[in-house]
Amino acid sequence: MTDGADVVPLEYAPDDLVALLGPDWSTTLTNAFRWMTLARVLDGRMLALQRQGRIGFYGPATGQEAVSVGAALSVGPTDWVFPGLREQLVALARGHSLTTYLHHLFADDLDPARGRQMPCHPSAREVRYVSMSSVIGTQITQAVGLAYGLKVRHDPSVALAFFGDGATSANDFHAGANLAAVWQAPVVLCCTNNQWAISVPVDRQTASATLAGKSVAYGLPGERVDGTDVVAVTSRMRAAVARARAGEGPTLLEFVVFRMTPHSSSDDPTRYQAPDFLQRARQRDPYLRLELLLRRLDLADDAKLAAWREESDVAVRAAIEVAEHTPPPSPDSLETDVFAPSGGPAPS
Amino acid sequence: MTELTIVQAINRGLADAMRADPDVLVLGEDVGVNGGVFRATEGLFKEFGGDRVIDTPLSETGIVGAAIGMALYGLKPVAEIQFLDFIYPAFDQIVSELAKFRYRSGGQYPCHVVIRSPYGGGIKGGLYHSQSSEAYFAHTAGLKVVIPSTPADAKGLLATAIADPDPVLFLEPKRIYRAVSGEVPDGDQRVPFGEARIAREGADLTIFAYGAMIPPSVQAAETLAASGTNAEVVDLRTLVPLDEKAVLASVEKTGRAVIVHEAPRFCGFGAELAAILAEKAFFSLKAPIQRVTGYDTPFPYALENAYLPNAERIVHAAKAVVAAG
Repeated sequence: MTDGADVVPLEYAPDDLVALLGPDWSTTLTNAFRWMTLARVLDGRMLALQRQGRIGFYGPATGQEAVSVGAALSVGPTDWVFPGLREQLVALARGHSLTTYLHHLFADDLDPARGRQMPCHPSAREVRYVSMSSVIGTQITQAVGLAYGLKVRHDPSVALAFFGDGATSANDFHAGANLAAVWQAPVVLCCTNNQWAISVPVDRQTASATLAGKSVAYGLPGERVDGTDVVAVTSRMRAAVARARAGEGPTLLEFVVFRMTPHSSSDDPTRYQAPDFLQRARQRDPYLRLELLLRRLDLADDAKLAAWREESDVAVRAAIEVAEHTPPPSPDSLETDVFAPSGGPAPS
Repeated sequence: MTELTIVQAINRGLADAMRADPDVLVLGEDVGVNGGVFRATEGLFKEFGGDRVIDTPLSETGIVGAAIGMALYGLKPVAEIQFLDFIYPAFDQIVSELAKFRYRSGGQYPCHVVIRSPYGGGIKGGLYHSQSSEAYFAHTAGLKVVIPSTPADAKGLLATAIADPDPVLFLEPKRIYRAVSGEVPDGDQRVPFGEARIAREGADLTIFAYGAMIPPSVQAAETLAASGTNAEVVDLRTLVPLDEKAVLASVEKTGRAVIVHEAPRFCGFGAELAAILAEKAFFSLKAPIQRVTGYDTPFPYALENAYLPNAERIVHAAKAVVAAG
């Protein structure tokens, strides 16, 4: 299905996979691939719909799917996720309905948030996926505060905070990493370093050799992980989650990935990105790397890959069909949810 | 009833809320072992322990961001910002996050957070321990803004704030933390939001004020009474939600309004009050509204008594309004 000639292969043997992912490794990897297929289909369709004017905005996650799916496969149903812009696959892979997500993308009346936010900013309480903000880094201190609550209530759940490389320059990264370590909060700080904050490359973002290295100053463990290798992501994420769950405190994980698309539907990377970036990115495409691994391990062949592609195509098409025919939010919803319904007199 | 100062009433209110509800916790700078720089959290650390009375690192965005996370989990944090002047590092968390979580999530993620902060001048605090910046917050949809002026209101409004499922900014008039004492009802006596208090009844003129401006407003009314002008003093208590009904009713009765706040005049809360009166009570007004406020300058250290409204300036404005019609 794909031309994988230049792709850097994942060299794992079955014994390695048992050690890194446990005895269910083949199911884990197959599930991971199917979710990544959905994400890829979704990105393709939604960018096209945005170009056609059918949705207002889109922030693709192409190139970063292994981080999201690895995270989703590392946590349990009571754990909490504080997302950045490109983590919707975490919500979907934890059970958030694709149709509900499409209602959000179309900002229609059945969007749980009543179309109040730009697309790709969903809220999914039923899977403990916290409403996302466009503001950079604010979710980090919030995740640490929630994790403090888990700790003092002896709740064995953990919190994951996702943010990008640019966020490591923001106030709340510093405040959050510091608080996490002081409180020994059960939180995993997940920095997805896609090497770009819109047009600014990571070497203009920081003079630190790595973002994981920033953990030293805060007194918490930090680790740099190949974020295009779903096996590495999942095994390191599981280790950090296990540490947090065992009361051993927070971890900073830096997942190095390539942003394989524009920052968003509003961005044109040809203004600032050298063409060889995308060539290098394609060699580390997490989806193709996993596809090659599955083929080598006889977990996938052309027929299976086509079937998985088809299942995602069908699901996405059906969800678009439902959402596009749902009316926009009623004007009555403009003034609801500012406060609780009983929270004082209505504005005059 | 117990005779308490405002800061004692706040301390009692916090202790009562923490005894009644294990979800309530307190966090901020120096609030633990030290009991707060104004002693508002005195004794709480000893009674409730460090898990619920948290001395945080020196980071206001960390305090408010963490409080939001605690609330998303289901706790009821009461965050202290040591001086309102120091709240700006947390402005992003308050305006972009706290105030918008319920709305942007369609009600999935409300934020049960109280932020307490001493505000205002008169303590020789200079530029950075004196500001009265309530208008920034009143302007932000999704926040309630509460400013008590008496010990009973301090305790009763704080109890309501801690029980409120939405974010409340609870501003404490530190100038009168200890200068004002009064009878405070024992037990869980809540003062509802959105109900102004008539601090003094009168028929000729209404003085609107809140927080630390209530004592000079009442003093001005007493002075005016000696010269035959009977001024009503309305203590707004909560800027959001505003008791618009009481505001309009008073001016419909008196026909004259003086608005007092210590914040700068330009775009201060008084501007909103004046606009409401102009829109909805225009034909009751016998004379132009006057505002007695701080100046459109940063808050000065040496000249703070010249900057802050006092009874004399309020009397002067009131006489001008009465003379005008």
